[in-house]
Amino acid sequence: MSEEKQVVLRTDHLKSFYVLDMQGTRKIVKAVNDVTLEIYEDEIYGIAGESGCGKTTLLKTLFNEIVPPQRLIDGKLYYRINSEEVDVTTLSAEEKRRLRMEYISYIPQGSMSVFNPVIKIKGTYEDFIGSHVDGKNREEIFRIARERILELGLPKNVLDVYPHQLSGGMRQRVTIALAASLDPRIMIGDEPTTALDVVVQRGVIQMLKDIQKKLKNTIIMVTHDMGVHANVADRIGIMYAGKIVEEAPTETIFEEPRHPYTQFLINSLPKFGDKSTRESVPGSPPSLADLPTGCPFHPRCPHVKDICRQQMPETTQLDKNHKVACWLVEEA
Amino acid sequence: MDKLLEANELIKRYSQGNVISRAVLTAVDNVSFYIKPAEIFTLAGESGCGKTTTAKMILGFEDITDGELYHNGKLQSPHEKAWLTEGVQAIFQDPFSTFNPMRRVDSYFHETVQNFKLAKTKKDTIDWIDQKLRLVGLTYHDVAGKYPSEFSGGQLQRISIARALLTDPQLIIADEPVSMVDASLRMSIVNLFKKLRDELGVSILYITHDLATAYYVSDRIAIMFRGKIVEMGTVEQVLMNPRHPYSKLLRDSIPQADPKLRWSDTVTLAELEHEEYMRQGCRFAGRCPLVMDVCKTVVPPDIAIDDVLVKCHLYTEEAEA
Repeated sequence: MSEEKQVVLRTDHLKSFYVLDMQGTRKIVKAVNDVTLEIYEDEIYGIAGESGCGKTTLLKTLFNEIVPPQRLIDGKLYYRINSEEVDVTTLSAEEKRRLRMEYISYIPQGSMSVFNPVIKIKGTYEDFIGSHVDGKNREEIFRIARERILELGLPKNVLDVYPHQLSGGMRQRVTIALAASLDPRIMIGDEPTTALDVVVQRGVIQMLKDIQKKLKNTIIMVTHDMGVHANVADRIGIMYAGKIVEEAPTETIFEEPRHPYTQFLINSLPKFGDKSTRESVPGSPPSLADLPTGCPFHPRCPHVKDICRQQMPETTQLDKNHKVACWLVEEA
Repeated sequence: MDKLLEANELIKRYSQGNVISRAVLTAVDNVSFYIKPAEIFTLAGESGCGKTTTAKMILGFEDITDGELYHNGKLQSPHEKAWLTEGVQAIFQDPFSTFNPMRRVDSYFHETVQNFKLAKTKKDTIDWIDQKLRLVGLTYHDVAGKYPSEFSGGQLQRISIARALLTDPQLIIADEPVSMVDASLRMSIVNLFKKLRDELGVSILYITHDLATAYYVSDRIAIMFRGKIVEMGTVEQVLMNPRHPYSKLLRDSIPQADPKLRWSDTVTLAELEHEEYMRQGCRFAGRCPLVMDVCKTVVPPDIAIDDVLVKCHLYTEEAEA
């Protein structure tokens, strides 16, 4: 990793909750709870955690797509646009729309529902690109889109078929090619490989890496599969109950995890050539609407102390790249 | 040798179309394997390889086109299903769709106990259910009167295992039991299979695409590709030293949770699934890095090397020598 990379996306104590009104009682789901992140240019940042820990909500918030009942409660979200930091939560709807696809794009999980099933892939491309590029340049853009499709090893007739004629892996790759077609600086992937077969998953990951290398942009990728993270991510943030509890370069996360939750995640993974007994994380994840006091991991933590039950630990900077929020580290 | 279940040359054909134009797809093609008592046997492969169809034929959900099934050495006739319900139980992929969301979870337990006349009084019934739930780390009290939405995916999957255990089955067929469960909770399910095998002597047919958990739990494994078993043997032999090029590809494609083991080479992805099924000769020939002329025309034979069965022309000479 080269020194001093530019920060491309920064959040400052970001809080985004779902506020629900259920038969007169208010229910608040704390899905993104005080997240401070700095994501650099030219890197793949992985976010890992169990289902229901707020990963997808965090991505939606980073994508600046906050739709009720989700609300931005507190904190700031900055993008670096033309070497200037912009607080994007204050932008108008039209300005936000322009940023999508051109500056930041989104790769969803289920590629079946991305494309309109009754028009050809070309039609979807026209919709997406047409809403961002003037008529004059459209031919030019299409030429680039076609080139990109060929570069990525997809067959050139892929634009002229209907979505159902493509296999799941192919459709996912076309979705990624579409997300990359306007050279965005940031691409956000929400479990982009989860529903795929292993060999196909490997092909899709390969393609994501190729795109990142070519565009030298940033990919923020959420998945619960630590194996995928180990393969693609430069840095990993471990998310638990709406908070980033540990963040470090990939090698450090796998070799020296400091948070007990990260340790459980890594140690629960089976490996070839090693049949020693593996345990999963005890208990189940907490409900985001009814969080335990203090550190949210304390009911499942084997090293729990009194202070864990009362107070959330601050994030400690262990070294330049390694951050962790745990009382065990704080006191050591 | 004791064989709890033996499948002999199972074939499943699906035909599409009408009288004039008919296309036949052989989804399961001459599949033979056996499961010993107290053994975890894995059928592994990607989607569309026929592993679930094989399981459905064993469970009697799909008719068998051709071939035989033997239980404890006895031929299974298509009309006699007693062993199928009492001796074999199934666990499915999605724990949320296993249970009706409008029905209390414990009602499934009471129903099974009643249907199989496993207990006489109400107290006996509850004791019986409680005993099975304790095997999976729950109690009757945890489950009584609750709806499926009150449990997490991992808990529901353990509940469905407890339900399968009610009839004291000899064989449990688990079709992708952990693929919908969070990675952090998977091991609790997988460890449970080990416990059932070691403590109760239950055999498990574990169907999965996840070779890492397959290596961790199973004794023997069969790798399926486009309807055929291409390699079969103990997990150590098949997964640590895969011989068939497809087994190698599948094994290498599992993302390893170790940043030092990143993929360096690139893969070729499949042409259309349908085309591979229709292929003459070896069905992997279109993607195989070691393809020879003979592969494109002749179906490779089953070759036994060191107790491992490999379906590949690469080893033909070795077998003859």
